[in-house]
Amino acid sequence: MELILSLAIGVMTGCGVWLILRPRTYQVIVGLSLLSYAVNLFIFGVGGVKSNMPPILAGDVLPATLADPVPQALVLTAIVIGFATTALFLVVLLASRGLTGNDHVDGREEQR
Amino acid sequence: MGLDGAFSTRKVQVLGITLGPYILVLIVLLPFIGSLASAFILNTTSRDLPVAVAATVTACCLALCILAYPNVVDGNVLRFEAEWLPQFGLNFTLRMDGFAWIFSTLITAIGLLVVLYARYYMSEDDPIPRFFSFLLAFMGAMLGIVVSGNVILLSVFWELTSIFSFLLISYWHQNAAARDGARMALTITGIGGFCLLVGMLLLGNITGTYDLDKILASGDMIREHPLYLPTLIFILLGALTKSAQFPFHFWLPNAMAAPTPVSAFLHSATMVKAGVFLLVRLWPALSGTYEWFFLLGLAGMLTLLLGAYFAIFQQDLKGLLAYSTISHLGLITTLLSLGSPLATVAAIFHMLNHATFKASLFMAAGIIDHETGTRDMRRLSGLLRYLPITATLAMVASAAMAGVPLLNGFLSKEMFFAEAVETHADSWLDRILPYVATLAGAFSVTYSLRFIHTVFFGPKPEGLPKSEPHEPPHWMRFPIEFLVIVCLIVGIVPSISIAPFLATAVMSVLGAKTPEYSLAIWHGFNIPLLMSAIALIGGVLIYVAIRRYLATCEDGPPFIRRLRGQRIFERVLVAVSWRWARWAESRIGTRNLQPQLRWIVFIGFLAGLLPLWFAGFEARPFVFTGVDPAFAILWVLGAGMSLAAAYLAKYHRLAALVMLGGVGLVVCITFVWLSAPDLAITQLLVEVVTTVLILLGLRWLPKRNALLVDQMTIRARARRFRDLVLAVSCGIGMSFIAFAVMTMPVPDAIANYFLENAYSEGGGRNVVNVILVDFRGFDTMGEIAVLGVVALTVYALLRRFRPAADSFAVPEQQRIQARFDEEQPERAPGDTVRDYLLVPSVIMQWMFPVIITFAVYLFMRGHDMPGGGFSAGLTMSIAFLLQYLAGGTRWAEDRIRILPLRWMGVGLLTAMATGMGAWLLGYPFLTSHFRYLDLPLVGKVPAATALLFDLGVFMLVVGSTVLILVALAHQSIRINRLRAMEAAKAEER
Repeated sequence: MELILSLAIGVMTGCGVWLILRPRTYQVIVGLSLLSYAVNLFIFGVGGVKSNMPPILAGDVLPATLADPVPQALVLTAIVIGFATTALFLVVLLASRGLTGNDHVDGREEQR
Repeated sequence: MGLDGAFSTRKVQVLGITLGPYILVLIVLLPFIGSLASAFILNTTSRDLPVAVAATVTACCLALCILAYPNVVDGNVLRFEAEWLPQFGLNFTLRMDGFAWIFSTLITAIGLLVVLYARYYMSEDDPIPRFFSFLLAFMGAMLGIVVSGNVILLSVFWELTSIFSFLLISYWHQNAAARDGARMALTITGIGGFCLLVGMLLLGNITGTYDLDKILASGDMIREHPLYLPTLIFILLGALTKSAQFPFHFWLPNAMAAPTPVSAFLHSATMVKAGVFLLVRLWPALSGTYEWFFLLGLAGMLTLLLGAYFAIFQQDLKGLLAYSTISHLGLITTLLSLGSPLATVAAIFHMLNHATFKASLFMAAGIIDHETGTRDMRRLSGLLRYLPITATLAMVASAAMAGVPLLNGFLSKEMFFAEAVETHADSWLDRILPYVATLAGAFSVTYSLRFIHTVFFGPKPEGLPKSEPHEPPHWMRFPIEFLVIVCLIVGIVPSISIAPFLATAVMSVLGAKTPEYSLAIWHGFNIPLLMSAIALIGGVLIYVAIRRYLATCEDGPPFIRRLRGQRIFERVLVAVSWRWARWAESRIGTRNLQPQLRWIVFIGFLAGLLPLWFAGFEARPFVFTGVDPAFAILWVLGAGMSLAAAYLAKYHRLAALVMLGGVGLVVCITFVWLSAPDLAITQLLVEVVTTVLILLGLRWLPKRNALLVDQMTIRARARRFRDLVLAVSCGIGMSFIAFAVMTMPVPDAIANYFLENAYSEGGGRNVVNVILVDFRGFDTMGEIAVLGVVALTVYALLRRFRPAADSFAVPEQQRIQARFDEEQPERAPGDTVRDYLLVPSVIMQWMFPVIITFAVYLFMRGHDMPGGGFSAGLTMSIAFLLQYLAGGTRWAEDRIRILPLRWMGVGLLTAMATGMGAWLLGYPFLTSHFRYLDLPLVGKVPAATALLFDLGVFMLVVGSTVLILVALAHQSIRINRLRAMEAAKAEER
C-alpha cells in the first residue's frame, strides 16, 4: 500500500512540476491541480495508512485503532481551499488572456 | 503597572494633587497631545488658535520642569517606571536627574520662545497648525530622549526626533532645497539612529540590562568588555551623525532650508544637541579610554576647526550660523573626549551657553531675512540704521559666540582653553589641541565679526527685495531680548545665576567625581587668557586681511569649494539606490514567471535534500507491507492519466481535463480505500465543480497556434530537458520522502486526544467533522472567509472581463448548428441548441429536488457520519449548477433566483454569531454546546451549536461556489451584448 501510494505521489509531483514550468497558463493550472493531489495525499499519508478504520466513533471500536483524523481535517480544508485557488487562478488566467491576447504565463510570447 | 517612587524624595503638589513621578509622564506626553490637537484644527484659518495651543503646552511643560526641580537637586533622581515588554526585560522608564532637568528646561524654555517668535515669523499663507503640530511632536520626542530611563526607549525617541525633524525641515515642501535637505537629514540621522540602536543592544548585552541607571553604574565592566570597541563605535556613530560632526556634518547646513524658527530650535536646544547630550549621558559608562579620546577627539577637533573655517566663507547668513553651530558642537565633543571631569563641566556649560546665543542669532537672522527679503551677505549692508535694536541684540549675541569677556560664551571658552592646555593623553592629538583651539577661536572671532560688520555697518544697502526694512513687532523681538539678557547675566554674574543649576547638572553626571571649579570671570593672567587674547586679536586681523575678498567671493571656502560632502552623499545615494540596484535587477532579477518558479522548485528540492546532507543518509531495511492488486491497478491507471494530462495539456485541453478528472477520481477512491470517507465525498464534489469551472473557461482560451509547433531551438530543447530533470528529481524525491514517512511508526501525537474527546466534548461521532466545526472551528472560520473573498475577487475580476479578439467571434460549433438550422426548411434558428442533450437535461431538471434532499441529508448527518457543511454546500451548488447546464443560463435564471451574495453574507454572519453566542454564556469564542433533542416523529436528534456553525459554513460554500460559477457562465451572455455593441458601433461608422 505505502509503496504504491508513494510512487503515485512521486508521479503526480513530477507531472505537476513539469507542467508548472511550462509557458502556457493552461498547463500551469493543470500542473497545480496535479501538485495539489500529490500534496494532499502526502499530508494524508503522514497520519499512517489504514483500511476500513474511518475516524467515526462507534460503540465497540477502540478509538486508538482508528485512522488519524487530524491529517484528514487538514486535507479536507486543503481540498476546499485548493478549489478556491484553482477558481481564482482560472479567472486571472482568463483576464490575462483577455488583456494580452495570448495565453503565455508572462502575458507576452517569448522572444526567440 | 508598577511604580518606583523610591528615588523621589520630595512630593510635588499642584492644586493639592500629588504629581510625583507622573510629572515625567506629563512632560513627555503633553507635547504629543498638543501635536494631535493641532492636527485636529488643521483647517483653521486662525493664526492664534494653534499658537495658543502650542504656547500653552510648552508653558505647561516648562512649569512642570520647574516644579520638578526640588526632586533632582543634590544628585537625586525622579523616576517613573511602568511595565512595557516585561518578557524582554524592557520597562517604560522615565528618569530625571539634574542634567536631564537642565536640558528639559532648556528645551521647553527655548521652545516657548520659538513658538512666540514663529507666531510673527510664519506667513498667513503657510499652514500654521501643521507647523505647530510638527514642532510640538518634535519637542515631545526631544524631551523623551532627555528623560528616558531605558536605552531602548531612548533610541525610540531618538528615531522620532529624526522623523519629526524631517517633517519640519521639509515644511515648505514645495521648495526643492527643503525636500533635499530634509531627505539628507533623515538619511544621515536615520542611519545614525540605527547604529545607535545596535550600540544600545550591545550595551544591553554587556550589562544584561537596558536600564540607564544600572548601565551608568557599570562603567568599569563595560570598558573592560571585549565588545567595548564595537559598542563604542556604534554609539558614537549615532551621536556624531546627530550632532553633525565631521564627516557627517554636511546635513546641517542643508537643513537650514527649514523655516527659521525651526532652525533656531534645531541648532540651539534640540536635535544637534541630542548627540552631545547622549555623549554626556553615557560619559560615566563609556569615557576614559584611549579609544574614546581618540575617536571623539579626532572628530571633535576636525569639526571644531573645519566648521569655523567654513563658516568664514559662507555668504548665506544662516549658512554662517549653521557652520558655526557645527564648530561649537565640535568644541563640545572635543571637551567630552578628554575624559576629565573638569572638561565635562565645561562641555555642559558650553551646551547651555551655545543654546542661548545661537537661538537668538538665528532669530535675528530670521528678522533680517523677513525685513529685507535676502540672507545674502554680499547684498546686505548698513542695516544698523533701519534695525537699531535688533542690530544691538545681534551684536551682543555674536560677541558671546566669539567669546568676548563679560558674556557667557567667554566663560565656557576660557574653561575650554584651560582644559586644552592640560595634558590628558600621551598623544599627538592631545599635544596639538591648544593650537587647534586657539586657531578655531580666532576663526570664530572672524566669522562673528564678519556677520556683524557686513550686515549692520557700511553703506546703505542697494537693490534689496524689500526696500524699507524696519524693526519687527515687539513680541517678535522679545525672544532675542530675553536670550541676550540671559547671555549677559550669565556672563557677568555667573555665580548667582547659572551656578547652582549647573552644579546640580554636573553633580548628576559626575557624582563623586565632581571637581572643584569656579565660574569666575577673572582668574588672573594665565595661559587661557593669553590664548583668548591671541584668538581675539588674530581673528580681527584675519577679518581685516580678507574682508575685501569675502565681500564678493563665491559661497564656500576657497580651494575646497568643489569638494562638498553633500555632493559625495548624493553620488553615493545615486550609486546605491539606482545604479547598483539597476545592475542587480538586470543581472539577478526577472519578470518572467518560469525562471521564478524554476528557482522556487529547485530551492525546494535542495531544501528537501539538505537534511540528508547534514544528518547523513541511513538506509533502513525495506518494509514491504504487501500490495493489493486492485489498488495497484487503480494507481497504474492514475499514474497513466496523470502522465497523459501532463502530455496533453499543451494542445489538447479538453482531453487533459478529462485525464485530470480521472486522476481526481482515483484520488477519491484512494480516500475511500484508506478510511477517509469525508475526504472522498469532498474530493468528488470538488472534482465535479472544478471540472465544470474549467470547462466554462476553456472557451476563452486561444486556438492551437500552428506556428509554435516543431520550431524548437536547441536552447529551448535544453531548457525542456532541464525542466524534465528537475521534475523527475522532484518526483523521485517526493516518492522517497513519502515512503519513508509512511513506513515509520506514527508517533502518539494529538490524534488520540481528538479521537477520545470528540464525543465527550464535541458531541459528535464523526471526528473529522468535530475537529472542523468545534476543536479547530476558528481555522474553519478563517477558511470560509478566504473562500468568500476568493468568490468576491472572481466576481470582481469577471465584471470587467473582456475576451481576447480571437475568441470574440461566435464559436465554430454554434455556427455549424446555425447553418444546419437555416438549411433545413422545417427548423427555426436555435432549434438544434434547444434540443441538444434533451434527455439528460430532463433528468437533470428532475434531479433538482433529489439533490437538494441529498444535500440536506449530508448536512444533517455530518456531525456523526461522513458529510457536513462543506460537502452539503458543494452538493447544493451542484444542484443549481445542473439547472444551468440543463436549461442554459437564461432558462435557469428565469425560474430560480439565487442570490449568492446573500447566501455568503448570511452564512458568514451565522458562523460568527454562533461563535459569539458562546460569549453570552461566558465561554471563549466558538465554544460549542450540545445535547440530544427528542423531536416528535423524527426521534432523537443531535443538536449541537456546532451544527449552527456548520450551517454557516454550508451557506457560505453554496454562495461562493454559485457566485464563481454563475459569474463565469454569464460571460457567454455578456459576449452577445458586447457583440451587439460592436456591431452598432460598426454601423455608425
